[in-house]
Amino acid sequence: MSSPLLRLRGIAKRFGGVQALDRVDFAVDAGVVQCVVGENGSGKSTLIKIATGALPPDEGAIEIAGRSYSTLTPRLAIRHGIEAIYQDLALFPNLTVAENIALARYLGEETPFFRAGEARAIARRAMDYVGVRLDPDAFVDDLSMADKQITAICRALARDARVIFMDEPTAALTWREVESLFRVIRHLTARGVAVVFVSHKLDEVLAIGDRVTVLRNGLVVADGPRGTFDRRTLVHAMTGRAVLDQRQTRPVSPHAPVLLAVQRLTLAGVFEDISFRVRQGEILGFAGLLGSGAVDVLETLFGVRRADAGEVIIGGERRTIRDPSEAVARGIGYVPGDRLAQGLFLRHSVTLNIIASTLDAAPTRWGCLRWGAVGTLVGRVLAELRVAAPSPAVPVAYLSGGNQQRVVLARWIMRAPRILLLNGPTVGVDVGSKEEIHQLLRELSEKGIAMLIASDDIPELVALCHRILVMRRGRVSDELVGAEITEDALTHALQA
Amino acid sequence: MTLPGHLLARAVSAARGRTNEGLVAVTLVGLALAVGFVDRRFWSLATVFNVLHDSFEPLVFSLGFLVVLLTGGIDVSFDAVGIFAGYTVARLAVASPWLAHNVPVAFLLATLIGVGLGGVNAVAIGALHLPVLIVTLGTRGIFTGFLLSAIGSTYVSVLPGTLVDFPTRDLVRVHASGGQSVGLHVLVLPLAVLCVVLSLFLTRTVTGRGLYAMGGDLEAARRAGFPIRLIQGGVLCLAGALSGLAGMIHVALIGYANPFDLVGMELNVIAAVVLGGASIFGGRGSVLGTVLGVLLVSLINYSLILLGIPSAWQRVAVGVLLVLGILAQTVARRPRRRAPTPLQVSP
Repeated sequence: MSSPLLRLRGIAKRFGGVQALDRVDFAVDAGVVQCVVGENGSGKSTLIKIATGALPPDEGAIEIAGRSYSTLTPRLAIRHGIEAIYQDLALFPNLTVAENIALARYLGEETPFFRAGEARAIARRAMDYVGVRLDPDAFVDDLSMADKQITAICRALARDARVIFMDEPTAALTWREVESLFRVIRHLTARGVAVVFVSHKLDEVLAIGDRVTVLRNGLVVADGPRGTFDRRTLVHAMTGRAVLDQRQTRPVSPHAPVLLAVQRLTLAGVFEDISFRVRQGEILGFAGLLGSGAVDVLETLFGVRRADAGEVIIGGERRTIRDPSEAVARGIGYVPGDRLAQGLFLRHSVTLNIIASTLDAAPTRWGCLRWGAVGTLVGRVLAELRVAAPSPAVPVAYLSGGNQQRVVLARWIMRAPRILLLNGPTVGVDVGSKEEIHQLLRELSEKGIAMLIASDDIPELVALCHRILVMRRGRVSDELVGAEITEDALTHALQA
Repeated sequence: MTLPGHLLARAVSAARGRTNEGLVAVTLVGLALAVGFVDRRFWSLATVFNVLHDSFEPLVFSLGFLVVLLTGGIDVSFDAVGIFAGYTVARLAVASPWLAHNVPVAFLLATLIGVGLGGVNAVAIGALHLPVLIVTLGTRGIFTGFLLSAIGSTYVSVLPGTLVDFPTRDLVRVHASGGQSVGLHVLVLPLAVLCVVLSLFLTRTVTGRGLYAMGGDLEAARRAGFPIRLIQGGVLCLAGALSGLAGMIHVALIGYANPFDLVGMELNVIAAVVLGGASIFGGRGSVLGTVLGVLLVSLINYSLILLGIPSAWQRVAVGVLLVLGILAQTVARRPRRRAPTPLQVSP
């Protein structure tokens, strides 16, 4: 095999007291999908930044095309064909696909003039290389997340990228879009481009990777061809402990009261004829891919949408839920899927985020919040949910994904809900925290909260649920109960 | 969205082109036809000349406002810069007969004063790392105060030298219905050249596209390699230059210099730019759209006068236009912006 396109030797980087990378060796060969996995804080981002010249390493060398550098600059990295595509993509939403792709190249060549026809030609060439067709005159703003991603890839290729780092590229994609991204990646590697796929989604890493490098606390703890890893060994390498990725559910008493009964619930064109019952302490899963209606059932129960037909019986009484405030009044809580956009006030403190839904019930004196009493309450909930925050006063944006998710949960726990609806409770949360959140949900259910979880994460549903309704095209196509619930059975039911 | 709403949005979307240009042009023609049906005198070359004449000064201000707006900044110091430059040059012309007889030099000087004041904005914004709007709100007051205290606060009631003849430098004259004659002012030529040059800069140079890129995503522009500090400084100086020029046009066309002038016309400028399809959040807009927007505002003001509607209503009309212009932009974009599953969270 020829020498690698890019090789990092003995790279070390410290930030204050934290050793972000510790003598890391890392090589990328032409035509290979090189995966880098690790939990948050394992050093993945630092690795990308050093390899693309955004950060100088403290020690070590970067070798490109036979030359060795002690540090790179972004310009130098780009000239050597090393590019990074971050999660935010850094596209110009107000410009066309062609402009986005061509401007980067013009800037690199220091061309003063811009010609729309030439820009289109550059864009078309890059798209041919990737094997996709987008309208070069479409505004990026109007594209789907997947097409934006492809535009960013084409932009890198227009500058003759040989190594493309992709930082969590699938975070905002649906499973169908992930498939098409994978096709693009395979197309690129077939043409000799190397793709460094940085992720903490193990299924994706195992599906697309040729080689896998595992980082933990700044160290390379495992490195090898994909075939030498499976889910279990990867998790073990990432977390340093064997995570029990299996069902840990305690059976629900058959005498437990039914908290929620739904009969023939229908929302025209979205879902039809949905009936189920949930007992106190039970966790009911809704498995379904995007568009199956699984998430919509939860949203309807929370009053975000209004059902066209059907009955909802809460605690034995028939109720109509017209909007979220009515749902909240009946003891229903909802943890939405996209917590960044819909669930959290990112720039506000942990405290404010937690009491946001309970302001009416918060301790007050003469209409003013009693911050001391609020602090005590918040402290109790934070401890109960084991939220790791430097202080309740820090903005939520500074917390890790797992802790942010706990803050959303904490908000609902403050309301002492009887029924909790969760949509993808661990999306964007790393493996270790995921396990802890699962444990937390189990504890809450054992305290008597009934839970409905919509997710497309098969291991998650298997780990948590007492019962799973499989949804396809707006109908319940299958039901798995108790011992029937295994990953194989669920995968099979979803694909049937 | 209801079906008629959707169709309306589609129609609006089709008409607006890349910005609102198509829609504004249609409105412009429609309005001209409508007013003409009420008053036949309206359909004449004299109207065209008058509306153009009324548009010179707001157009140059608007172009200055546009270039900053494209990068995502809102520069509200333009009126202060304009009157500062125009009044200062008028005072200098009174003191220097040579300047008073060299009109192009007077215009150049006003433009350079504008560049200097724009440079003050640029340095302040670069040093303080504050939004353009905040800094220019401050410098606007500083420029006006400095003008009144250090340069002068008295009227220059008659401009000296050949400047006094400037308002009558017409290319052609036509006779209007009332027996007066109306001319097409010579300024139309240099301003047409200005529009073409600026438009080419914005659409055909990498730096010009960089203004749009900055308005779209500043951080992305920085990472793509645009020299964003330099571009921002340059754009503020360009806006200053155009404001200085516009201030001189104002002074030269009305034939006197009042340092308290121009306050209150900011709305006309902002409305014209936004009506012309520029996004108030930056990244969208064009010279053509701005020209059309300015013409529309001038036409409306002119029509209201012609129809004998009290001038207080002009401000109402412009305010309504501003809201309509923004509405047209958002209506056209709404259907495409929708997320696949709209959902909200309880507060």
